[in-house]
Amino acid sequence: MSLAKKYSKEIKQIIAKYPPEHKRSAVMPLLYMAQREEGYVNKEVMQEIGKLLDITETEVASIVGFYTLYHDEKAGKYRMQVCTDLPCALRGADQFMDSLCANLGIKVGETTADGVVTLEAVTCLAACDKAPMFQIQGPNGLEYHEDMTVDKTMELVEALKKSGAEVK
Amino acid sequence: MMANVIFRHRDVADINKLNIYKKNGGFDAFKKAVTKMKPAEITDIVKNSGLRGRGGAGFPTGVKWSFIDNKNWPHYVVANADESEPGTFKDREIMESNPFQFLEGVAIASFAVGANAAYVYLRGEFWQVAKFLDEKIAEMEEAGYLGENLFGTEYSLKIYTHLGAGAYICGEETAMLESIEGKRGQPRIRPPFPAVYGLYGKPTVVNNVETLTNLPLIIQNGADWYKSLGTPDSAGVKVFSLSGRVRKPGNYELPFGTTFRQLIYEHGGGVLDGHPVKAIMPAGASSSFILVDDKVLDTPMDYASVRTLGADLGSASVIVIDDTVSIDWVINKTIHFFKHESCGKCTPCREGTYWMMHLIDRIREDGHSMADVDLLLNVARQMQNKCLCPLGEFSTMAVVTGIERFPQDFKVHNP
Repeated sequence: MSLAKKYSKEIKQIIAKYPPEHKRSAVMPLLYMAQREEGYVNKEVMQEIGKLLDITETEVASIVGFYTLYHDEKAGKYRMQVCTDLPCALRGADQFMDSLCANLGIKVGETTADGVVTLEAVTCLAACDKAPMFQIQGPNGLEYHEDMTVDKTMELVEALKKSGAEVK
Repeated sequence: MMANVIFRHRDVADINKLNIYKKNGGFDAFKKAVTKMKPAEITDIVKNSGLRGRGGAGFPTGVKWSFIDNKNWPHYVVANADESEPGTFKDREIMESNPFQFLEGVAIASFAVGANAAYVYLRGEFWQVAKFLDEKIAEMEEAGYLGENLFGTEYSLKIYTHLGAGAYICGEETAMLESIEGKRGQPRIRPPFPAVYGLYGKPTVVNNVETLTNLPLIIQNGADWYKSLGTPDSAGVKVFSLSGRVRKPGNYELPFGTTFRQLIYEHGGGVLDGHPVKAIMPAGASSSFILVDDKVLDTPMDYASVRTLGADLGSASVIVIDDTVSIDWVINKTIHFFKHESCGKCTPCREGTYWMMHLIDRIREDGHSMADVDLLLNVARQMQNKCLCPLGEFSTMAVVTGIERFPQDFKVHNP
């Protein structure tokens, strides 16, 4: 499916935020837009964004590779990204992560068998006073979940599994 | 209790609504600036106020503006909302709860340096904050505070948000500009500084969210009022982000010169389970460790006083470490962070963080060799003063001061 056809209005709005001679600036917002579809971007999408902005596919791929919120491989529908950085870890984030692994039956970096949740460890998310915390990266953007417990998280996972099943 | 300057949402309910903000003096400063003042006058007030950059570097804001190259146009303002330092979480609260004061600050800075376009660069994880700011920007356009011919003058201004996508390095101002240009966020060699060669090669001012949020009240109340808060060395108020092993972590807006003891015990409720404070990292993961004793706890938190303790105040992201925590564990966390966030452009940082990571992993094993501790210290010292941007330098601070100031935490464990 061509992005230009599907999102013509949104693409115009994004490009209009930058000076006309600097269209390339739109590469990051366009990647976010494209990633909404499948949770990752493939070669065709990168080619099309390159064409839209007069840059090479390699230049687009270098952006995908550099920034951690872009993905070029499929994962679970929702990426659960738990902060295990210093301030969160001082408040039990590592133990929280271990419990999540045990409850989900997966290791960090793995996806649940139903393909709904991928568990990831990430660096600081600027919510150090509300640990343990994580963000969910999914089809509807990013959402913070703060002051979490394992029980609350597992309830959330159940809800995601239900909504994930409906989409399937 | 003094009224808040930055966190006015804690005094005024619903200040994130345009009509409430306006009722509380909102946009008066911007209107006064555009209709009654010359850009140079605004820069002078900000210079005289003693306001220094709140993102960590502490550079005088008005002086930074005065470097802008007036022979090269257009000019840009970029608000640094990349907030990614472990231990820093103040800008998000400002943008979510007091958005108009921040945006008015962006507008005042833009007028002062003659910019007709400003970008707010938010870290990608602040996706919801960006959506929220987009709504607030639209409300300001609707109400005539942004757009063409503001307040019936020649001056026009647009503010746009731009989302990063998960890269700490983009908080470095030239990496941020590269990122807005649609490139990998890798720092440029400075000089030239952004004031001369910035966004799209044009003169640009990059200021932190908290810095900008100070501006409306400084313009309204004057430089002397702002200077009367804080200390002679560090004018005004600061948001201290308190995290780690304390009972009540959170953001506390306090005058410069508040002591560590007041922050940790009066505001933060003391250490978890009543343990003693062992170490403080006053500027997040980039900090040197302060070895804590009574004298340290009574040190005022201002730029000069913290320097006497062999550390920097930076963004005032105070991470508290108690006696249940070993420093080798802490630097294991900070090294892994910097290894992950190193952009790879310069060799000392790319290779240095990589080797520091492998060394700390080995040191954390039982029965490690003390030679590895010496080697880690050696690698860190070799990186110092050789990296292209501050990230590499920052990655060594906790390593060097951790090993030097807490040698007992690096002794060989006998299982």
